[in-house]
Amino acid sequence: MPRLRIGTDGMTAPLVETTGLGVSYGDVTVLENVDFSIAPGEIVTVVGPNGSGKSTLLRAILGGVTAAKGRVRHAPGLQIGYVPQKLVLDHTLPLTVARFLSLPRRVTHAEARDALQRAGVSGLEGRQMAALSGGQFQRVLLARALLSRPDLLILDEATAGLDQPGAAAFYRRIEEVREETGCAVLMVSHDLHVVMSASDRVICLNGHVCCEGTPQVVAAAPDYRALFGEGTRGALALYQHHHDHSHEHLEGAE
Amino acid sequence: MFDDFMTRATLGGMGTALAAAPLGCFVVWRRMAYFGDATAHAAILGVALSLAVELPIFAGAMVIALVMAAAVTLLSGRGYAMDTLLGVMAHSALAFGLVAVSFLSGIQLDLMAYLFGDILAVSRGDLAVIWGGAALVVALVAWRWSALLTATLNPDLARAAGIDPRREAMVLTLALAVVVAVAIKVVGVLLITAMLIIPAATARPFARTPEAMALVAAGIAVAGAWTGLQASYHLDTPTGPTIVCVIAILFAASTLLTRLRGVN
Repeated sequence: MPRLRIGTDGMTAPLVETTGLGVSYGDVTVLENVDFSIAPGEIVTVVGPNGSGKSTLLRAILGGVTAAKGRVRHAPGLQIGYVPQKLVLDHTLPLTVARFLSLPRRVTHAEARDALQRAGVSGLEGRQMAALSGGQFQRVLLARALLSRPDLLILDEATAGLDQPGAAAFYRRIEEVREETGCAVLMVSHDLHVVMSASDRVICLNGHVCCEGTPQVVAAAPDYRALFGEGTRGALALYQHHHDHSHEHLEGAE
Repeated sequence: MFDDFMTRATLGGMGTALAAAPLGCFVVWRRMAYFGDATAHAAILGVALSLAVELPIFAGAMVIALVMAAAVTLLSGRGYAMDTLLGVMAHSALAFGLVAVSFLSGIQLDLMAYLFGDILAVSRGDLAVIWGGAALVVALVAWRWSALLTATLNPDLARAAGIDPRREAMVLTLALAVVVAVAIKVVGVLLITAMLIIPAATARPFARTPEAMALVAAGIAVAGAWTGLQASYHLDTPTGPTIVCVIAILFAASTLLTRLRGVN
């Protein structure tokens, strides 16, 4: 299988590294022989169809599923900030934004205010979590993840409930956070075109690593096109037309 | 002062209320009401076994409650929906417990006392166990509070923060078993779940944070225990059920008040 590796700096020790990682649920193999690593400050996106093991890879990195084969290594003292796909708040649980930011570690008012500001939602401290809009909710989750001063920010489909402009704004925020704090970012997403343009490196996953590299390289890779080009009936091919700015394709799209 | 049976009953009721209410908040938040029922109903089997081998009732009830909790955890996710599994386990445990009790010939046994509690018969020794158990549960829940809350919100969120959600679930299970053992004498196995969830549900509309909800729930539970005890003394009604009736009325009032406030 052709493997394209571009964008990792061989000199810096990775924050997280998996070698030959395999995960099974019962008889079903979800991940097979996955070699993955992320360097400090890098933005890596994992793309793949439903059931390709994207979320499982994140959970294996977080320690939520055990590896059947291979291993997962964390850099010593690694701080992870995690933004889950969704957080189902039971309506019986009263929770203000300020209280949520203090879970599990108590933070000061100033710290909470700064984190909300960096996530782009200042002044929500006194609101109930259940009363927030989808976009506000995701940004509060981001603010909480930032409070642990993470070396690595992990986002699992963090924009699943947002519309396209909302998702694009959220990812711009993530890039700014990376610039401000220098943390690495690992995300899983369906918003291929938005998320890929913001990434240093893209990993295309389908039970195993199909291809890997800069967004341009992956978008052009046959494995990637085989996975997404046909399944979406050309909708994504249009995005690629949009992105590689070639004349012939632009004409073809009209 | 411990010579008066009403004093002992009051103290016993308050100890149980204080232990059950904060834990009950987690039972409500995590939707574990049926799980609470299963562990509580299993305790009657524990009572029967304790009497058969002459162990203290508290110990037997707690051990069986823990075994039940472990069995439910092991069986969950293996084909049956959780509510079906818990329904089967809770009522089977109760049935086996009742049958086991009937084998204990020669022992004078007031079954009603274990099913619905016999708070007026709380002895000094019982009081020591109730308050010891209550202190243990309150300390355990207070110590793990932040980790428990984080794990309740989302297991992966907890893992990213270095918290093992399975360990926190075990802490809750252990606390639940202790509360069941402590509450048998006060409200009996059939009404323990009521002491857990009704004060918490009653407190919900009056709280903006989890801590406030736990405190309000504890207040409601203590007030309900005291009022219920007084009412049962004056009306000559069974005490455990009377206490539950009082907190149920408080729950209805709280719900009605919230509705009215919501309409205006």
